[in-house]
Amino acid sequence: MTRITVMVDGVSYVDDVEARTLLVYYLREKLGKIGTVVGCDTSNCGACTVHLNGRSVKSCSIFAIQADGSEITTIEGLARDGQLHPMQQAFHDNHALQCGFCTPGMIMQAIDLLGDDPDPDEQRVREGLEGNLCRCTGYQNIVRAVLDAAQKMKPAASAPDEMSTRQPSAVAGGGN
Amino acid sequence: MIPSAFDYVAASSVQEAVQVLSQAGEDAKVLAGGQSLVPVLRLRLATPTTLVDLNKISELRGVREDGDAIVVGAMTTHHDVINNELIAEHAALLALATLTVGDPQIRHRGTFGGALVHADPAGDLLAPAVALDCEMVIVGPSGRRTVPAGEFFVDLFTTAVGPDELLVEVRIPKKTGWGAHYEKFNRVAQAWSIVGVAAVVWTEGGSIAQARVALTNMGATPVRAVGVEQALIGQPASAATIRAAAEHAADGTSPTSDGSADADYREHLARVLTGRAVAAAAGVGGWRA
Repeated sequence: MTRITVMVDGVSYVDDVEARTLLVYYLREKLGKIGTVVGCDTSNCGACTVHLNGRSVKSCSIFAIQADGSEITTIEGLARDGQLHPMQQAFHDNHALQCGFCTPGMIMQAIDLLGDDPDPDEQRVREGLEGNLCRCTGYQNIVRAVLDAAQKMKPAASAPDEMSTRQPSAVAGGGN
Repeated sequence: MIPSAFDYVAASSVQEAVQVLSQAGEDAKVLAGGQSLVPVLRLRLATPTTLVDLNKISELRGVREDGDAIVVGAMTTHHDVINNELIAEHAALLALATLTVGDPQIRHRGTFGGALVHADPAGDLLAPAVALDCEMVIVGPSGRRTVPAGEFFVDLFTTAVGPDELLVEVRIPKKTGWGAHYEKFNRVAQAWSIVGVAAVVWTEGGSIAQARVALTNMGATPVRAVGVEQALIGQPASAATIRAAAEHAADGTSPTSDGSADADYREHLARVLTGRAVAAAAGVGGWRA
């Protein structure tokens, strides 16, 4: 066992982990962050996507021990004061899910995508989500949700009152 | 699944990594980006006793200019390759091919050197390395050596890098101003190439002065399409030239038959994709094939 220190959703944790423990199982089983799910054994479904030091990664393809000293944001770290992140709200508003299993990864990757390109066209959204598989929706409403969120996350498009206290960031977790 | 247990060493230098590999023997594996290795470990297709992690060795990351070459550190991520200005200017083919690797999450984590040493015949960076005449710089217990890309890929998943050696950097001769394109054919849900074609072309006064074409997954190792190159050089940069040259794309290749494609279909794809890749690289518009 090796001791690691990680910041997950704004909280610091110190834990002993086995070298072979995948980051996703550390998050789920040690920290109880079960919002991040495991959808496959082959790294192509993207359901386990989290942000590691501000970039989207598949937490099934990294060992927890490699995250020592890192900042991690999961789907559970997006909402602030009971208010959904704009991307979460857009998925809700656009009915961008059916079973919901792919949704945590979709949302984490969609936020990363807007970090690179705040105003993507439909093609860019589809390419940006190519590492996330959905077996229910046919992707149509997911793409709509991401485009909707992109418009709402532009500072000029936000309602002044709502946004005066909370600047939505393209990157989750308030600054990683 | 959960990988079987292993000893983990996060090497802090190339020397330390090489030393650990020398002591651990053949059951040790190098962990670069891990985007191929970790799934393999999860499926227990491999059960190494020791993993030597290179992620903390900062000297292995980054891109620099060195005279008539640019030098890419082996641990430079795909994402950084795609967004690097030196690569965009002097080795655009590499950025174009890297854009087709995996998906955004995998490109954030996966590395140029890791993909090359993994040497998956369906991997998209092997053919560009060959087309660009890359020189692979390898460090082992007895020092540093350089192997040309054409001799680096030995067989399926096998390179010139020995069990106690590391690929540390790749020197890419500048191809400034060359037209470049990477064309691949794959199943949508997976990024692995059924066939891919890497092409770089230098045109002068409407003629193709120089051309380099290499093929992905048309054999156990990447293949230079020499017949195509010879049919292009000195000819006008036209659809007719390219169509005739592309007919040679599968010459001398021995592609595999598998669940994605039979060998003769791969040969067909090689010809079609070569036409597209060369036309795009040479700026020949209106190409249809």
